[in-house]
Amino acid sequence: MKITVTVNGVERSGDVEPRTLLVHFLRDELDLTGTNIGCDTSSCGACTIHVEGQSAKSCTMLAAQADGLELTTIEGLANGDILHPMQRCFQENHGLQCGYCTPGMVMAAISLLDENPNPSETDVRIGLEGNLCRCTGYHNIVKSVLACAAESNGASR
Amino acid sequence: MIPAAFEYVRADSVDAALSALTEYGDEAKLLAGGHSLLPLMKLRLAAPSVLVDVGRLDDLRYINDAGDYIAIGALTRHRDLETSSLLASAAPLLAHAAGHVGDPQVRHRGTIGGSLAHADPASDLPAVALAMGATIVATGPNGTREIAASEFYTGFLESALAPDELLTEIRIPKLDTQGWSFQKFNRRAQDWAIVGVATVRANGSTGVGLVNMGSTPLLASAVMNAVKSGANAADAAALANEGTEAQSDINASSEYREHLARVLVRRSLEESGLS
Ligand SMILES: Cc1cc2nc3c(=O)[nH]c(=O)nc-3n(C[C@H](O)[C@H](O)[C@H](O)COP(=O)(O)OP(=O)(O)OC[C@H]3O[C@@H](n4cnc5c(N)ncnc54)[C@H](O)[C@@H]3O)c2cc1C
Ligand code: FES
Ligand code: FES
Repeated sequence: MKITVTVNGVERSGDVEPRTLLVHFLRDELDLTGTNIGCDTSSCGACTIHVEGQSAKSCTMLAAQADGLELTTIEGLANGDILHPMQRCFQENHGLQCGYCTPGMVMAAISLLDENPNPSETDVRIGLEGNLCRCTGYHNIVKSVLACAAESNGASR
Repeated sequence: MIPAAFEYVRADSVDAALSALTEYGDEAKLLAGGHSLLPLMKLRLAAPSVLVDVGRLDDLRYINDAGDYIAIGALTRHRDLETSSLLASAAPLLAHAAGHVGDPQVRHRGTIGGSLAHADPASDLPAVALAMGATIVATGPNGTREIAASEFYTGFLESALAPDELLTEIRIPKLDTQGWSFQKFNRRAQDWAIVGVATVRANGSTGVGLVNMGSTPLLASAVMNAVKSGANAADAAALANEGTEAQSDINASSEYREHLARVLVRRSLEESGLS
């Protein structure tokens, strides 16, 4: 079946089998390999993207379900060489070790701040419950998200 | 992991979904948020040959004050429930429990209709629907019918819905709530409950729903009757396992689940204001 999605602001079409998972469509058809696959059980969040502006696990959606929708992947965040503030905060706060969970963490964290711009540390930990880090670097991930929240609150004041 | 091949039909109206169900019969499964069905299909524990996607039926995505009850469209997502100001005042137990389903990504996609229809004893919202005395509205080729939540669950992953019916609405009675509590015991934040308890005390009676204490979501009837006849929280909670058949699995033995049920029912009754 033919589907069309808007990914990172660009309209992209493809011919997929109905059973094609959205994450496979992004990676294998559109060559957007920044979105990772870390599990078979919808648990790890490595595949997190934004669907219509909200975090979602792209391994738990069919490409067909995304037909006509707006998607953002990790590739859509930076503006040329200028990183998205959340990406920069992860870099500055050492919010990654091997980096495998990072695209999903960053996407989940941006969605979290959209919903709660001024989170406590506990809010961040609970808000990232859908994302697992096998390097278990949670401390610096939480620090990165809090730094980004503080920065954008400062900027808007 | 990739699901077995199937045919995909997107329904753009309730009528279109119903005709697809009639046309494909037993072969077809409805797809709402997909957050229970797709994980099963990826593991090939389910392999329907036709998926009828109702995920775009936005006219079934609402939370309305209907006078005596709150009407919730089946396609309303967990996140909508969690953030609804109407539910926060009229049905705080439901809004709170919805905020504890899975993780944010799951709550952005999963729906209340899918949660109730899937009939998983480990799910949170069925126990809430039972405790609150909700009514489920099913729409089929011959029109709509109402099913009491207490009559809805018939077996493991089985409900009173006919194969050609769509769950369209959930009605939550407007209760004069005196107290409520949602207890969810799990090891990792995003997980399903090992045991969960939903309690609401309102209009002079107490509803208690149990998560994961048998093959279906359950009402703790013995506890409810004891409270009605004046038992205190501790005495009523001692009856938490009556009528249950908790399973043993990788997370807990049945004995441990029974222990948890007694402890959590007691906490839940106390938190809802029963001494
Ligand atoms: C990682 C993860 C963690 C989770 N944790 C929890 C948790 O802690 N607690 C919890 O309660 N749930 C949890 N869930 C399940 C989640 O709540 C699901 O969203 C929900 O159970 C099913 O809703 P859905 O809309 O995704 O349904 P789907 O998966 O689309 O459908 C589920 C079933 O219901 C049927 N169905 C769907 N809609 C209708 C309808 N309107 N009428 C008739 N039949 C219908 C489908 O045919 C299918 O058989 C979790 C899921 C994941 C992936
Ligand atoms: S790959 Fe999607 S949750 Fe793990
Ligand atoms: S940084 Fe390695 S998995 Fe998170």
